[in-house]
Amino acid sequence: MEWETVIGLEVHVQLATKSKIFSGASTRFGAEPNTQACAIDLAMPGTLPVANEKAFRYAVMFGLATHAEIGQRSVFERKNYFYPDLPKGYQTTQLDEPIVGPGSVEIVLDDGTTKSIRIHHAHLEEDAGKSLHEDFHGMSGIDLNRAGTPLIEIVSEPDMSNAQEAVAYAKKLHSIVTSLGICDGEMSQGSMRFDVNISVRMKGEEALGTRTETKNLNSFKFMEEAIALEVERQIDILEAGGVITQETRLYNGDTKTARSMRSKEDANDYRYFPCPDLLPVILDDDYIDSIRAQLPELPDARQQRFISEYQLSEYDAAILSDNTQTAIFFEQAVVICQDAKLTANWIMGELSARLNAEEKNITDSPISPEQLANLIERIKDNTISSKMAKEVFNALWQREDKYGSVDAIIKAKGLKQVSDSSALEAMVDEVIANNEAQINNYRNATPDKRPKMLGYFVGQIMKASKGQANPKIINEILLKKLNQLINNT
Amino acid sequence: MKHDDINKLAHLARINISKDTIEDVTQSINNILTLVDQLQQVDTKGVLPMSHPLETPQPLRVDEVTEENCSKALQHNAPATENGLFLVPKVID
Repeated sequence: MEWETVIGLEVHVQLATKSKIFSGASTRFGAEPNTQACAIDLAMPGTLPVANEKAFRYAVMFGLATHAEIGQRSVFERKNYFYPDLPKGYQTTQLDEPIVGPGSVEIVLDDGTTKSIRIHHAHLEEDAGKSLHEDFHGMSGIDLNRAGTPLIEIVSEPDMSNAQEAVAYAKKLHSIVTSLGICDGEMSQGSMRFDVNISVRMKGEEALGTRTETKNLNSFKFMEEAIALEVERQIDILEAGGVITQETRLYNGDTKTARSMRSKEDANDYRYFPCPDLLPVILDDDYIDSIRAQLPELPDARQQRFISEYQLSEYDAAILSDNTQTAIFFEQAVVICQDAKLTANWIMGELSARLNAEEKNITDSPISPEQLANLIERIKDNTISSKMAKEVFNALWQREDKYGSVDAIIKAKGLKQVSDSSALEAMVDEVIANNEAQINNYRNATPDKRPKMLGYFVGQIMKASKGQANPKIINEILLKKLNQLINNT
Repeated sequence: MKHDDINKLAHLARINISKDTIEDVTQSINNILTLVDQLQQVDTKGVLPMSHPLETPQPLRVDEVTEENCSKALQHNAPATENGLFLVPKVID
């Protein structure tokens, strides 16, 4: 039997406001427990919420960036349930009148084609606190610093048909919200969390299969793994003649296993009702238009600009434009060295490899855009070869030169490339004179074999020059001299 | 509404309704529902649903941190705390 998978995503995005959505407490990550939880966040009697304008502005920015209709009348509801990290006993959220209506984003598939993923809506809500279950003498510890942090929950249509598409969609949202500057995108700190709805059905079937929801995934990798695992589980059950139970599941990234959390029968009845403490928020056309006018450049538009402005390939442009910080780094370097292709290669190659290996963001790069640009300039003016450049790159990375100057490192390491042609000609002559047998072989070889044999001589010259000869010029001189030799006999 | 419905609601609201009072509570809630039924007979065609009795929009505040750390005072009447955390009976969902 052939099965097909249907996936929909609910994505929680923490908005990068300074204060909470309904109180003036700080949202800074990593503070001591409960030092950023004020009386409102703790649901002390008599407190009332006052809504944060920035949260609405950020939600509107997201809506405009995803071609969505903006809900000019935004109403808050109470979603009632009891859990220790939710002091009020309800989450303030939106239901019927969310701030962002239907929209869409484009994703690029592995074969290079694009697919549009529809967004059902996105609504504003508050985050809950955190429960810590370990080591409190059988009790749970509650930290309410996160309670009241503004979130948008982005609900997609079930438009994705495999893990790759789901990950591409999630990465696209990450790229959009970080480019907009409305979320810091720090997945490890829970700034973006994914709930994945998965069902399978036989190929050609119209009706959707029973779905499960795997909750609270906080990395693209875990999401991909969790989807693969759940799809396999569902197909196994169906092929054995079983039925899928509608349930909520939890994936454990450490053990690579998932377990059922609760089935539909004990699903909460949230008893939503409009929040009497909050009036409807009305956003007028002027407000929305002023936000539209200030929208920063989005990844798709930036990619197109990189292609037209810097003549980058679609692939290079996509990679460099995806992350705002990478794009800024790239453009700062290009302004100085004026070579987009080389800059792209160095950022996507050496720099990315080193950053990934040390799990660093580009904003933490020990090498600045200026330094990278200086390095590229020295490659371009033939001061150093690409191989030497890697050595300089390493020295910059290790901060060997306290001023971080590319030229100082080149000088200190004696890395100057020999491009002076009279010096190089002498080296070529010497190698030709010392390798009579190989020269004869070269002479007697058919022209199609010769380019390969040339490498031997270049190698000898590079060795003689201790790697400092300019290989490009060596090649030119060598070819010229060898041709002379052959023509003269 | 029957006793079962009331018991389910009571559980969701974490309210304890004793066997002695369940009949009373069921009767009272059913009385209220009768009133709601009556209200629902009013023709509301063309009337926008009202989400709040006050006809005014929500004022918004500027995004600034205005609250200082008052965790000591706020934890003063908590039954149990440790390392700044509130301690509660273990609940794992």
